[in-house]
Amino acid sequence: MSEVTRIPTDLRQGSQTAGGIGESKLRPDGTLKVTGEFAYSSDLWHEDMIWGHTLRSPHAHAEIVSVDTSAALAQAGVYAVLTYDDLPAEQKNYGLEIADTPALAAGRVRHHGEPVALVAADHPETARRAAAKIRVEWRELPLVTDEESALAPDAPVLHPGRTDGHARHVPHPNVVHRQPIVRGDAAAAALRADHIVTGEYEFGMQDQAFLGPESGLAVPAEDGGVDLYVATQWLHADRRQIAPVLGLPEDKVRMTLSGVGGAFGGREDLSMQIHACLLALRTGKPVKMVYDRFESFFGHVHRHPARIRYEHGVTADGRITHARCRIVLDGGAYASSTPAVVGNAASLSMGPYVVEDVEIEAVGLYTNNPPCGAMRGFGAVQACFAYEAQMDRLAAAVGMDPVAFRQLNAMSQGSRLPTGQQVDSPAPVAEILRRVQARPLPPERQWESAGGAADVRALPGGLSNTTHGEDVVRGVGYAVGIKNVGFSEGFDDFSTARVRLEAAGGEPVATVHTAAAEVGQGGVTVQAQIARTELGVAQVVIAPADTRVGSAGSTSASRQTYMTGGAVRNACAAVREQVLALGRRKLGTYHPAWATAELLLEGGKVVTDRGEVLADLADVLDGEPPVDVELPFRHRPTEPFDIETGQGFGHVQYSFAAHRAVVEVDTALGLVKVVELACAQDVGKALNPLSVVGQIQGGTTQGLGVAVMEEIVVDPATARVRNPSFTDYLIPTILDTPAIPVDVLELADPHAPYGLRGVGEASTLSATPAVLAAIRQATGLALTRTPVRPEHLTGT
Amino acid sequence: MRVTFTVNGREQQADDVWEGESLLYVLRERMGLPGSKNACEQGECGSCTVRLDGVPVCACLVAAGQAEGRDVVTVEGLAGDGLSAVQQAFVDAGAVQCGFCTPGLLVAADDLLEQNPSPSDADIREGLSGNLCRCTGYEKILDAVRLAAARRGEGA
Amino acid sequence: MDFLRPAGWAEALAAKAEHPAAVPIAGGTDLMVEINFDHRRPEYLLDLNRVAELQEWGTDGGSVRLGASVPYARIVAELRGALPGLARAAHTVASPQIRNRGGVGGNLGTASPAGDAHPALLAAGAEVEVESVRGSRRIPIDEFFTGVKRNALAPDELIKWVHVKKATGPQEFSKVGTRNAMVIAVCAFGIALHPDTRTVRTGIGSAAPTPVRAAAAEEFLTAALAEGNFWDSGRTLPPALAAQFAELAAGACNPIDDVRGSARYRRHAVGVMARRTLGWTWESYRRGTAGPTRGEGAA
Repeated sequence: MSEVTRIPTDLRQGSQTAGGIGESKLRPDGTLKVTGEFAYSSDLWHEDMIWGHTLRSPHAHAEIVSVDTSAALAQAGVYAVLTYDDLPAEQKNYGLEIADTPALAAGRVRHHGEPVALVAADHPETARRAAAKIRVEWRELPLVTDEESALAPDAPVLHPGRTDGHARHVPHPNVVHRQPIVRGDAAAAALRADHIVTGEYEFGMQDQAFLGPESGLAVPAEDGGVDLYVATQWLHADRRQIAPVLGLPEDKVRMTLSGVGGAFGGREDLSMQIHACLLALRTGKPVKMVYDRFESFFGHVHRHPARIRYEHGVTADGRITHARCRIVLDGGAYASSTPAVVGNAASLSMGPYVVEDVEIEAVGLYTNNPPCGAMRGFGAVQACFAYEAQMDRLAAAVGMDPVAFRQLNAMSQGSRLPTGQQVDSPAPVAEILRRVQARPLPPERQWESAGGAADVRALPGGLSNTTHGEDVVRGVGYAVGIKNVGFSEGFDDFSTARVRLEAAGGEPVATVHTAAAEVGQGGVTVQAQIARTELGVAQVVIAPADTRVGSAGSTSASRQTYMTGGAVRNACAAVREQVLALGRRKLGTYHPAWATAELLLEGGKVVTDRGEVLADLADVLDGEPPVDVELPFRHRPTEPFDIETGQGFGHVQYSFAAHRAVVEVDTALGLVKVVELACAQDVGKALNPLSVVGQIQGGTTQGLGVAVMEEIVVDPATARVRNPSFTDYLIPTILDTPAIPVDVLELADPHAPYGLRGVGEASTLSATPAVLAAIRQATGLALTRTPVRPEHLTGT
Repeated sequence: MRVTFTVNGREQQADDVWEGESLLYVLRERMGLPGSKNACEQGECGSCTVRLDGVPVCACLVAAGQAEGRDVVTVEGLAGDGLSAVQQAFVDAGAVQCGFCTPGLLVAADDLLEQNPSPSDADIREGLSGNLCRCTGYEKILDAVRLAAARRGEGA
Repeated sequence: MDFLRPAGWAEALAAKAEHPAAVPIAGGTDLMVEINFDHRRPEYLLDLNRVAELQEWGTDGGSVRLGASVPYARIVAELRGALPGLARAAHTVASPQIRNRGGVGGNLGTASPAGDAHPALLAAGAEVEVESVRGSRRIPIDEFFTGVKRNALAPDELIKWVHVKKATGPQEFSKVGTRNAMVIAVCAFGIALHPDTRTVRTGIGSAAPTPVRAAAAEEFLTAALAEGNFWDSGRTLPPALAAQFAELAAGACNPIDDVRGSARYRRHAVGVMARRTLGWTWESYRRGTAGPTRGEGAA
């Protein structure tokens, strides 16, 4: 195994300092999290606090004829009942990209579970009882539930009078955004094909199912503003949407990040933020809101379900000639991130393959289904499921091994995406496939224990005792995917870090302050590691994330280590320069190297690049005001995709992962046991290898979930959610999750800080199609839909 | 109603408890012990696992009144002078990401190792099958329980 | 809402007589979900945790007298020899935490078609002993389930014990869910061979408005086993016989389409489980064993 798996980054500063980048440093919040003391947003408490509660629509599309809150208001213990009419400002709507979402329903609801009224009371039960007394008279409206009903001539227009940036180019007002990509000449290229493979695929609606429900505490302030403590992914984007609806300037909405119980995209949009603030400002009391699991399913957006059609051509010797593709994403009632999801789906629809001649169209719809938005890998996840199914069929059509076929067509550094953008950093697609394929397969029939009796825990069905080995067939499948990192399409993507260095108790101490949301991924660990590396200090304090410092952008799009990591590095570099200047001024006369050598900060000392110690850092800082720098950091600019051709330098960076899935399927009952899900992923540079592997395994498991069990089921007749609970929305348990061996490659991206590549999402893409491919191999079935249900495997 | 029971070795009392409240709510909102987590409130995630008279249960499914006079141990009661073996192992193995499932997993894992000091991987999986984690993919949780078992073995 | 906290059985019966609308709570694993999610607001909660009799099991001759609140975890640990079918079913219930709390009484009280204990109790031929201040009576399990989530209890009655004959032959339980642990049954099947009476009994869960027996399948198999002298010879069952049994079991289903599974799948899966569990139990009978336990692990 002498393959080069690491392109080393040139790093001189900090390489001698313990606890810096590249080490598996442990989480600074780990101890608080294992003792139960870590304060999540649902754990908050305030003197004199009252409880907020939301009344939600039982209908997916209805007019609100009247609302009578008098009985609710009359109930003892109730402090306030608010409806649309109580919204204090001209601005009633909010939204991540398009402000189309009413803070409270404005005479009409567009999805099941839409917030209609708010109650504040002395106890959650008081609030629930009062909410039940609010009388709403409804008039149900015709439903828009899919592309056909959305675009029908008599379709109800869900958002009349649109003024957003996409309104002008969409073919119908119920289309949020449409992105075509045309490159080369697909019709001409198709003539070279020896085989044409077409397929229609469907991706079910997945939920982020973070464990910590939406929650927070709003405290009214004496200046008429509000302090909001909440779990979110992006404090500043929240505030930008909250303040206008409250009628407050942004500086009167002060936000602090509370403990976040997972996010995965589901906290990128607002949930209870505006509601808690409205109630707090109205009552003058601190208001706590905590959703239960049922409400949580209505409290955040989901992953877009998709219908996808592909046509690929292939020559007899296995070269892809061309592709045509159409991806229809159901955005539900409000836009949320739908435009970006459309952009990702279109631009990444060819996967990590070289396809020169393409016709691509991705469309995002407005419907009366639950709103969909950000979830780990958005846009790219749905496409990967479908194009990887196509790859297996293409390989079969030309009689090739599916891995060899993929490797033959794999992109590499220098390849072009269908958008015309050149991949200008390592793209080890063939290599990560080789690695997962080269792993030894897990032993067969692991349920057979020495005593001869079957261990059902190792069988499909698990503890439910459905098979002792009967009808169990093994299958192996492969998949690989490509995900963009960071915000694309010309978005001004930046993060801000403030770094302070001072002497405390004779030791140099660095404080890192950003607004980056720690949602579990370990950003706080990595920020401290970067500060140690850049400043050569042992002690680093991570200040709580809040809006007193500049925006960090969202903890999403695999971007925080790149962006906030980059911001911390930049701010540290500026601090370092100031400290060295200070040192030269204070101590420069003691040693000529102060003036002549390149100076580094290592182990709490100022040293020359030859390792000679010039001073203790603490002595340089002693008696001086803290060195304090706040700086933004931007990645290189991108540009929007052309609205007709889809051409453009749209993405910053790409992330690649491959999986091999080994499954065992009870073919008679249609139950699946995933035995192993091996992954190889290029991370550019693993700033914290332990966290990197944790991200890859977690993403893999969410991909596994949507392969075999996870789906929000929406009744097509009513557009109501049928399974808003953990009893019927199932996520993998530890008995469903296999061994996940991970191979980490570190091929530096020359454009990125430390050469790193965002790691959070790529593994979510390829896990799903790999599992599907393995089930197809075991069963011989086509399986064009995910998640796979027992009904699909048994023809029932 | 008034409810009195022992939590982590200390008798605690709550007044004006609504009869429909769960033990979980009383612990979190009335006794200042929010360590047990409110992830699903339907017994499907294990995040609120506590010991009730020594036995791991979902605190969300115990009516507050049922706890009267009984003995409850929460995640806040696991540590002694320092972290317990299981707690330390979760930190060291990288088994904690967002950490919302962690308190329940710790109580369940603590009980698992008490019942079975050297569990096989299948035993660990079965023992923790009532605790959902959404972040880690469980691999590092398995590592943590193996590590805790090994360390407890050494210490014994 | 009022919380009634009887110290013993007599007090519990008196409370239930005084407040027939009172909802008993023991493990809380069904009722607390309904309360937490605001689906139900009983006027009275009747806590049975303090009633010692309900937490115990004993034997009456050839039967086990199982207290309504004996948690599933204890059934798995202590009764897998005497009541292997029920122990197997108990082991599939939800999660370790739920198995530490929930018991058969709650399953019977809720009378959900998806209750995991029901198919095993039907197959074993259990009797439910219920009591009120008016006296006690034993309800055969076949007569206990009267409708969707309805049972034969009078408003003033409480479930005290379940009497289950000790197994005289192998018993099995199998349930389909779309997850490998912590899952509600899409459908379930229980089977008990009764060599003492040379009969076979079954139970089906989640495939009809109530838990049901596959009567035609039982009759067919009981007759076929007698005709072919299988009980004495211990011969292997011909595949055609098992297939016929499976088909009849599937035919006993009257399932619905819901979010957990289609009616067609349920019917199909019950047939597969019937065929397999018959195979396991019969092989076990032939070998003269009471049925090996598999994958019991740390439980």
